[in-house]
Amino acid sequence: MTDRILVRGGRVIDPARGVDGVLDVLVESGYVADIRSRIDAAGARVIDAAGCVVAPGFVDLHAHLREPGFEQKGTIATETEAALRGGFTTICAMPNTRPAPDCGPVLESIADRFRRDGRVRILPIGCITRGREGRELAELAELAAGGVIAFSDDGSPVADPRLMRNALALAGALGLPLSEHCDSPEMHTGGAMNEGAVSERLGLSGQPAAAEAAAIARNIELAAAAGARLHIAHVTTARGVELIAEAKQRGLPITCEVTPSHLFLTEDAVAGGGPEPAYDTNAKINPPLRTEADRRALLAALDDGIIDAIATDHAPHAIEDKLLEFEDAAFGISCFESAASSLLTLAARGELRLERMVQALTSAPAACFGIDRRIPGAGRLEPGVSRDLVILDPAAEVTVDPARWASKGKNTPLAGQRLRGAVRAVIFDGTLAWEREGAHV
Amino acid sequence: MLDAPPAASASAEGTAWTRKDLLDTDTLTRAEIDLILETARAMREVRSRPVSKVSTLRGTTVATLFYEQSTRTRASFEVAAKALGADVVNLTASGSSVEKGETLIDTVRTLEAIGTDVIVMRHHRSGAPHLAARHTSAAIINGGDGTHAHPTQALLDLFTMTGRLGSLEGRKVIIVGDILHSRVARSNAWTLLKYGADVTFCGPATLLPRHFVPAVDGRRCAVTTDLDAAIEDADVVMALRMQKERQQRGLIPSLREYIARYQVNAARLRKAKPGALLMHPGPMNEGIELSPEVAHGAQSLIEEQVANGVAVRMALLYLIAARSRT
Repeated sequence: MTDRILVRGGRVIDPARGVDGVLDVLVESGYVADIRSRIDAAGARVIDAAGCVVAPGFVDLHAHLREPGFEQKGTIATETEAALRGGFTTICAMPNTRPAPDCGPVLESIADRFRRDGRVRILPIGCITRGREGRELAELAELAAGGVIAFSDDGSPVADPRLMRNALALAGALGLPLSEHCDSPEMHTGGAMNEGAVSERLGLSGQPAAAEAAAIARNIELAAAAGARLHIAHVTTARGVELIAEAKQRGLPITCEVTPSHLFLTEDAVAGGGPEPAYDTNAKINPPLRTEADRRALLAALDDGIIDAIATDHAPHAIEDKLLEFEDAAFGISCFESAASSLLTLAARGELRLERMVQALTSAPAACFGIDRRIPGAGRLEPGVSRDLVILDPAAEVTVDPARWASKGKNTPLAGQRLRGAVRAVIFDGTLAWEREGAHV
Repeated sequence: MLDAPPAASASAEGTAWTRKDLLDTDTLTRAEIDLILETARAMREVRSRPVSKVSTLRGTTVATLFYEQSTRTRASFEVAAKALGADVVNLTASGSSVEKGETLIDTVRTLEAIGTDVIVMRHHRSGAPHLAARHTSAAIINGGDGTHAHPTQALLDLFTMTGRLGSLEGRKVIIVGDILHSRVARSNAWTLLKYGADVTFCGPATLLPRHFVPAVDGRRCAVTTDLDAAIEDADVVMALRMQKERQQRGLIPSLREYIARYQVNAARLRKAKPGALLMHPGPMNEGIELSPEVAHGAQSLIEEQVANGVAVRMALLYLIAARSRT
């Protein structure tokens, strides 16, 4: 019965193939079998998707699964279940685990766990440098042979510009992008939030926007000098967006991503809405939530394609990592299970076009890392090839309730917020893998 | 022992103290501050008696929880609590469970469990008292958090200034030094603006705020790097402690240059109004932010600030403990 599913009457948005219309989708024998305006499928389980959006399974370029090494924050099993519920059926795992995948054998053992415990497809990202320490290059070719989809040192920007240029050249020769967290840590002293009006009012150390912009500018120049691809992780500033736009105008092979958190929230979330400042550690993220002007610039850049993809930077933490003084608390927001709802809320407010949102969650990220070549049908709905789809209900009124999440990370500044729109159901590998119940996400 | 200080809590136009905690001065209303000052005047009267203690807070336990070094704030609170008859427990981060890795939340809950009514805390992290206040039913009084706030210092400064000048309406107050990292400057600005003073922040460009200054009813602090111009006709000059490591971190070229441009000395103080008040929250680096002659001169209120600190902290303990008992 679950082998044959008819998703009836939804608005099918498949940006990769230019499809946008009210259509039926038949899923059969593990694959999307047919997409037409009217499908009769006797005996199929019917999902009435009237009023809903039917999209390819989401592709996430930036997620933290925490295993091995930090299982109290999350495991491959818990975090990929969270991904599934959020509609993400293909995810790229950042290498900030312990051990970190900086050589073939470690990568192999982590990939084995991915195959064993993953509830969705997981693509490993390999380290740029050994131990992500920024001193010696990891053996990039061995990691490429082991199946990494990209290279990154995650939250540890490669400080040495020569090392960075060499890494770009070697990764480029392997046909793989390098995903870089662009920050200039020497420009601030461990800034815990955006440097600006809120940090000055609350007496917190700040990261200036200039620290991101300077690193983006440097890395664009190094990529140009190396003739290599560069993916800029989670851009957050208006000036960063301008630099990326200019690089794209020059024809450089630069791509970039933005997180739902930076599209939806600003630095004000740290102070909270009450009379006393909240010092909300669940709004502590690296790079930090920025100003409203930055947020608007990110939305505009996403709309016109300067920003290619939306990536979650899903970063689960244990409660004890966040129940601390603000500057001692861990960076990161658990994002998988609220991402679609916060983005659909932006769409409902008219701040984000629904079609563009779907594209930035599917075909665009698949293209950034060449995922569609690795996993046929990923990020699109191609009959006979694609296997995953997401049904979104843009009209659902939901409350964010992290206590019910699959993720071990309950660290979200959105807890208790009312959002408009939610994932309704997820088909993975041609099977109905999850359906939402109740008015919460 | 007399049983109670002259009651002030019912006056100030009937304002009653309703807050569990005192975290900063920013959300205090003018009426609440009036009540604190009025209560502090009564407490100063208690302090002037031959037997300067009352038993108002007998049975109340006050803990001082200090994660950062302090002389005057901790001692001032201890004297204040004892003068009201409270029991006092003193804890510092070194030599306590904090060294064994106990979290702030667990520490304050432990204090609550042993019967502490009021926790006076100082912490090197901004917002630490706000975190503590959310996780204990004991009252939290912020004795200074990171580079954020120091409300009891601001209130004792206000008490000192109003005691000398009466109304602060239109009075010119200059705060000079490392404004950006000063919890004293920020908390003072909120109270002074609420009392109608004109407040100017003065210091090197690297130690001034760039994005935010306190503002009340549309009146905001002025910001300048020019002390010689700012100090003209000032009613009050408040110098802040200059941390010597600011030079190592490259924020100022040298202490020598800082002294040349920002030290309050006799020549500069003469540009202020005759008899202008000179204040410093302590501890002072004599010869850096103040020249010795003015630090110990006739215009210096530094010791009066310390003495007033006890009365203001008695007032706060009295108001807050009385609320927690009802």
